[in-house]
Amino acid sequence: MSLLQATGMRGGYGAADILQGCTINCDRGEIAVIVGPNGAGKSTAIKAIFGMIDLREGDVTFEGKSITSLAPQARVEAGMGMVPQNNNVFPGMTVEENLQMGAFLREDGGAGVIDKVYDLFPAVKDKRYQLAGELSGGQRQQVAVGRAMMTEPTLLILDEPTAGVSPIVMDELFDRIIEIAKTGIAVLMVEQNARQALEIADTGYVLVEGQNRFTDTGAALLADSEVRATFLGGDQS
Amino acid sequence: MSSSTRSSQASTTLVHQPWFLFMVMAALLAFTGFAQSWLFALTIVQLCMISSIMALGVNVQWGYAGLFNAGTMGFAALGGLAAVLIAADPVPEAWSVGGAGIGLSALVIGGTIAAVILVRAKLGGLAGFLSTAVILIVGYLLFTAVFGPATSAIESVDASQTGYLGGMGLPILLSWLVGGLLAAGAAWLIGKVAIGLRSDYLAIATLGIAEIILAVIKNEDWLSRGVKNVTSLPRPVPYEIDLQTSPAFVEFAQNWNVDPVALASITVKLAFIALFAVVLIVLVYLSEKALYSPWGRMMRAIRDQPDAASAMGKDVKSRHLQVFILGSAICGIAGAMLVTLDGQFTPGSYLPLRFTFLIWVMVIVGGSGNNMGSVLGGFLIWFVWVQSESAGFALMDALSGLFADDSPMRGRLIEAAPHLRPVLMGLILILALRFAPKGLIPER
Amino acid sequence: MHDFANAFILLSNYVLIPSITYGSQLAIGALGITLVFSILRFANFAHGDTMAFGTMVAIFCTWGVQALGLSLGPLPVALITLPVAIAVTIALVLGIDKIIYQFYRNKKVEPIILVMASVGVMFMMNGIVRILIGTGDVSFADGARFIIRAREFREMTGLDEGLALRTTQVITVVVAGVVMAALFWFLQKTRTGKSMRAFSDNEDLALLSGIKPERVVQITWIIAATLATIAGVLYGLDKGFRPFTYFQLLLPMFAAAILGGIGQPIGAVVGGFVIAFSEVALTYAYRRVFEYLGPDGFEVEGLAQLIETEYKFAISFIILVIVLLVRPTGIFKGRVL
Repeated sequence: MSLLQATGMRGGYGAADILQGCTINCDRGEIAVIVGPNGAGKSTAIKAIFGMIDLREGDVTFEGKSITSLAPQARVEAGMGMVPQNNNVFPGMTVEENLQMGAFLREDGGAGVIDKVYDLFPAVKDKRYQLAGELSGGQRQQVAVGRAMMTEPTLLILDEPTAGVSPIVMDELFDRIIEIAKTGIAVLMVEQNARQALEIADTGYVLVEGQNRFTDTGAALLADSEVRATFLGGDQS
Repeated sequence: MSSSTRSSQASTTLVHQPWFLFMVMAALLAFTGFAQSWLFALTIVQLCMISSIMALGVNVQWGYAGLFNAGTMGFAALGGLAAVLIAADPVPEAWSVGGAGIGLSALVIGGTIAAVILVRAKLGGLAGFLSTAVILIVGYLLFTAVFGPATSAIESVDASQTGYLGGMGLPILLSWLVGGLLAAGAAWLIGKVAIGLRSDYLAIATLGIAEIILAVIKNEDWLSRGVKNVTSLPRPVPYEIDLQTSPAFVEFAQNWNVDPVALASITVKLAFIALFAVVLIVLVYLSEKALYSPWGRMMRAIRDQPDAASAMGKDVKSRHLQVFILGSAICGIAGAMLVTLDGQFTPGSYLPLRFTFLIWVMVIVGGSGNNMGSVLGGFLIWFVWVQSESAGFALMDALSGLFADDSPMRGRLIEAAPHLRPVLMGLILILALRFAPKGLIPER
Repeated sequence: MHDFANAFILLSNYVLIPSITYGSQLAIGALGITLVFSILRFANFAHGDTMAFGTMVAIFCTWGVQALGLSLGPLPVALITLPVAIAVTIALVLGIDKIIYQFYRNKKVEPIILVMASVGVMFMMNGIVRILIGTGDVSFADGARFIIRAREFREMTGLDEGLALRTTQVITVVVAGVVMAALFWFLQKTRTGKSMRAFSDNEDLALLSGIKPERVVQITWIIAATLATIAGVLYGLDKGFRPFTYFQLLLPMFAAAILGGIGQPIGAVVGGFVIAFSEVALTYAYRRVFEYLGPDGFEVEGLAQLIETEYKFAISFIILVIVLLVRPTGIFKGRVL
């Protein structure tokens, strides 16, 4: 049984359902990537998993318990970490304070965890007393991931972490994400850069119109000619 | 049980029918006539109408466009100033001793501004900054050199009677128009600065401009006599005393077997009411026309979905400026009408509670976005405001009965009575915002 | 040299000391406004009347203590009644939040509705304060009036100009310094203070991090009520208490908060001092200063006053307008409302 099992999710923002019964699973130490065309419901799916929108149908279980009715905050306490796509740092606070806020729920204040995060992102450590709002896009993403890591989650959810960053920064970030997964954390992310993301994915979910179209290992999906032709922009690159 | 279904049901019930609500209002006024006095009831009606006009002005800003004007008082005071400037008798002596000086001061201000604009267009950087500073300093020194002597000369001309330049001696009705224009001018200035930022800024800026307009009116004695007040402004309707001494009027009264003195008072009040009714009806008609024109629909679209509207290429800022100027102009007209009714301009009487906040309560209670709602709110809240004064005293009087005759608490309670009104009005506003945010006559 | 010293003393006496005192009072007031704005996201029009309310409670307590025949020696009794006044004001403000503001917060209404509700609160408080204490001037500063008297100073230094330092001025500056230091320490160093800054910075992310919004809001009101009461009492000790002047302080306080950058505590402090200094310096009559500095026998015609005292509110307003035109985010890059 997987750590996270989101089964048959239906729901959306208003009257129309964006999710049409899609299913996402993710296990410890595994990177699961959700890709698909614009408007496929990728971000909606992880928002539903994190409890930011209500589901009309379907069930989300985490560590074997149903969490469908929990608020996002309670899911953080249960062991989920979330990195939103936009506005994912406190721009007027220093890097260190951003990490401290990530540990707000911890009784111990997270002093030991901060060092682990700094080990993971050495570039961020150098800027620990700078305001997060003054960092470059890539460094800010690292702070954002670091903040979510402060609760030592068992599942880390990332909403398009590489949106708007350069290819070099993207590779760097993906390397970190692989390292995070190696420590036994489950990583679930939505990505626009489908090809690169699938390269590091243990499992890939291709969503179309709120439904699972293809589900396989990252490598298998990359090898699938139909997936390549339809969702990865053919063979040009 | 969504709120939209509830409100649509509510609008079909009797208490939300405009005609029913206006009937209730009329009944309240009629009751006042029977129980208290008809003259008192007519006095209330006069001010109800002026209040309704001010509420219309605020509604144009808040109801149509969602702009919070916290300085209605200032715009009404400008309207009042217009009544003085238009209708008061000119003081030729004051003009001869200080008119030139005032004119010259105006020229100095104009010249300084023109020079600054010219310099800033031609010179940039440090040179521009320095020459701007020099021009401003020279302009300021010139201005004080001319302005100070001129004003003290004007203010010393028969200080107990005039001591100011006076007005133009024109018919006071003209000031209703000019009052609107003056208020519009001030609104343009302040709107240029504060509109386009989030709405709190406009509220703070208008709060400030109102304070400053009042400070100018209270302190620039050469212009407005300041706190010495301008009294006996001419009336657009006959004076009671003239009616009472007119043989034809007295004969008419005797034919109908009524007291000529009472009839004269009632006639004068009715004449004012007729004049006010014309303005009120014209403004309601125009406001309704505007609201249901493409302009009004666009205004509401901008209010409800500002982002979508600006994405569609609507110039939100200039639309808001338009609506802000229009609403302020209406408040200016009402301000001029009020001074016309009083026959005097008393700067000390302009208080934020009475001239800004009360109007807001009228708009919210009446129904923001609905012109008829504002009119109803103007009538109802003014009625409550007037009646709450005597009710407050009655309450405090009754409470003071609990204390011994020589207890100092008695005096304290009676002294405190007027301050029950802000509490009551604050309570009405908070209750209305909470439980009936759409008001008595909701927006259609 | 003698003339120069005289001119300097004159300026200190009438410009420097008064504007530092007034600036401290404005700064504490503006801090409350800026904190409420940064957490609750609305311009709180009731802040001036909250100050008046807190001051009123302090005055009543002062009268009570004086009736018992107690005093603090050279210090005003109001200083020990301050904690009681703060506690009462906190209770009132928290009650108001529970009854009025919380509802709109949960409904996530437009901020302008909260502004209007605060206007309603302002007028209710306004009426209640006047009912309880009246509208007249109340002077409640007891204890020693001066630390240095003008005459003593003249005798001490041999200068023509005397420097008077009133007890209330020194108390204002000392208390303000302590309050600001405590507030900045709280915001920068404590977990709760940081969570407030985080909430102000990025509300959604603060929620994701497990920061409890209602708790942050409550603490904000507690701090705002404390600051309002302290600012009100200091102002009242210094200049006398009159309800209407507290309403009029609203404009300079808003101007200070916006000038400094709304939502920026340090900005509110700087803004408060800039506004206060501009008000005092621009309305001061410099005639005698120029006469000291000029050659012997030099006389200045008129008062050499830049702006009449009656227009001191215009100064905050003009500064406000200039900020809105030139740099709406204020000195310290606050939020544009």
